[in-house]
Amino acid sequence: MTQRPATVPLASEKRGGTGTAEQHVKVEQVVKRFAPLAGGSEVHALGPVDLDLRRGEFFALVGPSGCGKSTLLDIIAGLTRPTAGEVTFEGRKVLGEPPEGLGMVLQEDASYPWLSVWDNVAFGLRRKSVSKQELVRRVDAALAFLDLNDFARAYPAQLSGGMRQRVCIGRTLVLRPRLILLDEPFGALDQQTRLLMGDELLRLWRETDATVLLITHSLDEAAVLADRVAVMSARPGRLIDIIETGWARDRTSEIVADPEFGRITAQLWSRLRSESLRAREQAERKR
Amino acid sequence: MTLTAKRFAVLVLAVGSLEVLCRIGWIDRHTIVAPSEMAVRLWQLLASGSANDDILYTLGNAVAAIGLSIIIGFAAGAAIHALPRLRSILDPLLASYYAVPIFVFYPLLIVLFGINSIPLIIIGAMFGVVAMIVNTLTGLDRVPRALTKSARLLRLGRLQELYLVSLPAAGPHFVTGIKFSIIYSVIAVIAGEFILSARGIGFRVAFAYNSFDGRTMYALLLLLLATVSVVTLSLHAWEKSLHRRWGRE
Repeated sequence: MTQRPATVPLASEKRGGTGTAEQHVKVEQVVKRFAPLAGGSEVHALGPVDLDLRRGEFFALVGPSGCGKSTLLDIIAGLTRPTAGEVTFEGRKVLGEPPEGLGMVLQEDASYPWLSVWDNVAFGLRRKSVSKQELVRRVDAALAFLDLNDFARAYPAQLSGGMRQRVCIGRTLVLRPRLILLDEPFGALDQQTRLLMGDELLRLWRETDATVLLITHSLDEAAVLADRVAVMSARPGRLIDIIETGWARDRTSEIVADPEFGRITAQLWSRLRSESLRAREQAERKR
Repeated sequence: MTLTAKRFAVLVLAVGSLEVLCRIGWIDRHTIVAPSEMAVRLWQLLASGSANDDILYTLGNAVAAIGLSIIIGFAAGAAIHALPRLRSILDPLLASYYAVPIFVFYPLLIVLFGINSIPLIIIGAMFGVVAMIVNTLTGLDRVPRALTKSARLLRLGRLQELYLVSLPAAGPHFVTGIKFSIIYSVIAVIAGEFILSARGIGFRVAFAYNSFDGRTMYALLLLLLATVSVVTLSLHAWEKSLHRRWGRE
């Protein structure tokens, strides 16, 4: 039998990680079709998708390439309008623009190269009616939380990819969003950095009590970080399964040593494998 | 040896060689005077103040032409970027603009405005404006999508997104546009003065040339070369540092 490391939560401790049962985000019958390009036909990219996110939970979404994960995230963020269906956030419809209380971290580096790290993190907050003292306090706290204090005066070009991504997380974090959307934020990072960033993300989630929706290609990442993991089908992306991980809220990446982690990952892969093959066939047909 | 040191060494070698070739008579002094003679004559001109009026006249015209080309070029570039249909109509014109000899309009401008600063400023601005338009368009085209997306996520309005995110993101390309606007505008102003003007450095160069006063002609050319080189090299250094900071190098 595998010896469980002392820091890994015991099964009896696996409680309270799934947030409250209160519904925070509701996705109802959301469909997205893209207009045909010259000479092509309309692309049915997504849906119909139904999804409920509970307040305070960490939810991950995995699926094959091109299944519409990012499109779904953009629709929830209000960056893209769905062809059909609707999204509600805290009971209010999301209507084509990001609602107040929502923050999103993108896969690409979105730090502003002309601003220092400090000014990058403060950027969104400067547009809010926040006093100068409060602004300084919140930005300094975010930098301390993300271990960026020593780089406050540096510019993004002087930082590594992981640190730049932390700057973007900081810029989102200081606004105290109640819903954080993460679009493969660690996609460009190496495996070790991803695991460490994942731990930081869990710490952030615990301290902010925000609801987190993470899109990732990595089944391991989804299995470690999330309370629930949804599996999407090949295009047009639909939710085909939702798996509860049951981890305790104070987990870290050390749970990769837990046999349960392997079981969850295997379960995710068994649901995803046929869809990934189908996505590959779709891509080959397109070529 | 650093790259800058190598460049400096090449410059010193070229000027030194020219100096030696002129001094030993391999190059006829009626063709080119020695660089040291150019420098001495330039110093005499500046110390006596005899060229000040022409220098200020050219400087005023060039600054006005550069200013106009940058302001109009930037505004036109931003407007064309915002209007894709207009852009598709103007694209061939922008692509072939410098193939058109703009100087053919100079006589027309003289007929319209007379022999004074206005035709020179207009022709200078006409030369520089498209470089600014094209670089403004390139800069705005290349604003990373992630930055504009992040601006929307921070709930910035269209105008805020433009001046707080898109314009700073396109900054290095604007500097490129400014650099080329300066080069083209100065060329046009000097060339205009050279062809038909009663004042200015271009006029003084042409006058010295026609009077076989090689020392004065080369002294004024040295002044032009030195001034434009300092300005454009400074802008080039600034442009490079911006590209580095923007992570595009």
